[in-house]
Amino acid sequence: MAAYIIRRLFFLLFVLFGVSVLIFGLMMTFSPERRAAAYITSPQQAKDIPRIVEQLGLDDPVYLQYLRWVGRVAQGNLGWSLVASSTVWDAFWRYFPTTLELNLFAAPLVILVGIWLGTLAGVNRDTWLDHATRIFAIVGWSLPTFLFALVLLMVFYGYFNIFSPGIISDSVQLWLADHPDQFTRYTGMYTIDGLLNGNLRVFADALAHLVLPVITQVIVVVALLMRVMRSGMIEEMGKDYVITARAKGADFRTIYHKHARKNALIPVITVAGQLVALSMEGSIAVEVIFNRQGMGWWLAGSATQLDMPVLMSVCLFIGVVFVVANLIIDLMYAAIDPRIRLE
Amino acid sequence: MKTEHPKLREFKFTLYRIFKNPAAIIGFSLLIFFTVVALAAPYLAPPKYAHAPYRMPHKGFSPTPKAPSEKNIFGTTSGQYDIYYGVVWGTRTAFKIGLWVVCVAGVIGIALGVIAGYYGGWFDEILMRLVDIMWSVPLLVMAMTIVVAFGRGLNNIIIALILVEWRWYVRVIRSEVLKLRDQDFVQAARLMGVSDFKIMWRHILPNSIYPVLIMASMDMGSMVITASFMSFVGLGAPKGFADWGQMVALARNYIVGPPDDPLRYWYTVVIPGGCIILFVLAWNLIGDALRDAFDPKLRRR
Repeated sequence: MAAYIIRRLFFLLFVLFGVSVLIFGLMMTFSPERRAAAYITSPQQAKDIPRIVEQLGLDDPVYLQYLRWVGRVAQGNLGWSLVASSTVWDAFWRYFPTTLELNLFAAPLVILVGIWLGTLAGVNRDTWLDHATRIFAIVGWSLPTFLFALVLLMVFYGYFNIFSPGIISDSVQLWLADHPDQFTRYTGMYTIDGLLNGNLRVFADALAHLVLPVITQVIVVVALLMRVMRSGMIEEMGKDYVITARAKGADFRTIYHKHARKNALIPVITVAGQLVALSMEGSIAVEVIFNRQGMGWWLAGSATQLDMPVLMSVCLFIGVVFVVANLIIDLMYAAIDPRIRLE
Repeated sequence: MKTEHPKLREFKFTLYRIFKNPAAIIGFSLLIFFTVVALAAPYLAPPKYAHAPYRMPHKGFSPTPKAPSEKNIFGTTSGQYDIYYGVVWGTRTAFKIGLWVVCVAGVIGIALGVIAGYYGGWFDEILMRLVDIMWSVPLLVMAMTIVVAFGRGLNNIIIALILVEWRWYVRVIRSEVLKLRDQDFVQAARLMGVSDFKIMWRHILPNSIYPVLIMASMDMGSMVITASFMSFVGLGAPKGFADWGQMVALARNYIVGPPDDPLRYWYTVVIPGGCIILFVLAWNLIGDALRDAFDPKLRRR
């Protein structure tokens, strides 16, 4: 297992190097003058562009510029974000908790609902229950996240006026600004900070703002998990050990929930990486629509402002998070299924 | 008794399997409907500007949408763009996005995947490491970065999606080819001196194409979703272009109406949004039916 982990860590470094080259290559499609234009703020400064190109070495050979960029990134100097009006590094730590919070609430729900409904559909194959879950899955798969979120907002915010967009209500925000000494931001996540500070008002308010985003995220992500779980259950139920257990008179609950489901979970782990990717993409749309200042909101905002340096950094951040998540999944997979390690 | 050619019999059986499935019938009906709308767009909604038919005509600049009336049967959205016109020509935009991305990414991915899987060796090694790298950034994030690098616009969205999406096709077809490469019928063909190209084209490709077809069908939908989200964010075509994602974006400030009638502007979101959902649903239903029809595990039950 140790050798496997070491091999995977080397692979991680390789992928990170590849991603950085890829992103840097994209940046290099801009002419040096155009990249220099990012450093000026007014038309009067346009005459400074050749000087900036000279000063920052934007005309140097590509490998030199790459090394310089990597050096800067390694020191944590990622540039300035227009959207956040702070350094990229600070902005990252400000925005990351919001995205993490959304997914901390959505992920367990996705896993529970997906596995539960998928098992149910697989066990009751070709009954109305199966058809209903399949229709649910295919409709969920066809719903664009941003549209679904908009419609939820239309109904629950517009019509019923119960849940509002944003991370926290204005009144709570004002109270927090007035009493900075009574509320410590331990994690940057309002729900968890609310609990840690023993402030139920903040907790409840932040939770209410999470309801619609989490529902959106779950509906969009759960379809894939449900489908894989269902086909996994169907496959396992046809296997000899299930038939043996049934012939021995074991009751259905034991067979399905203790034997078949465990094995059906193995293919689920293979799509776990895809689930993480889906959650990340989902977070972008959810944060844009519900106006939650997180990583996805930042990415979309930077994209609309054509803020390429930030986009590169965000891409790199998300790449790192995604690769690390995949590493964890692979290690879990190797722990469960010994055949993987020997490959 | 006249016996049918086995290929024909299999084909008939596949068609029978597909059309026994009510979901497939809904899917195909929706697809036919959208195809007709796309083809008949110039007749259904005669363009006002002959040289730029995708530009939505608008009377006035008022940001407040107008309810459906005799003149604008689906109403107008923010900026007084006619929703009916936009929806009809947006069908063409959706087909353009989906077909371009899926066809080009599919052909690139299939060609590279078959070659890599069949020959193996250094080409396979390099290609798969490249795919690994591409894989480490989620589609939407990568595509948005590429669009920003190349500049806003629908064509750049299509290019960006192609540049990211080929990785899927390589992976899927390569794993199929690996299963086939060492089978007897391929070995036999090789022994008989059939050229590598012909083996790949005539023997391997037809046997490994089904998973790709299923994927391509599903992909048509998800690419349209992704592209419409990018348009929604404002990375797409200039304002006023007939594109469903942009029409939803135009309506964004009107999802909540005045306090006495909160759902007053429902049509600005629901009509273009409904088009996106139905279009995607059509392709997903077809993909699902193809999966059931082609999957050997489910096929003869």
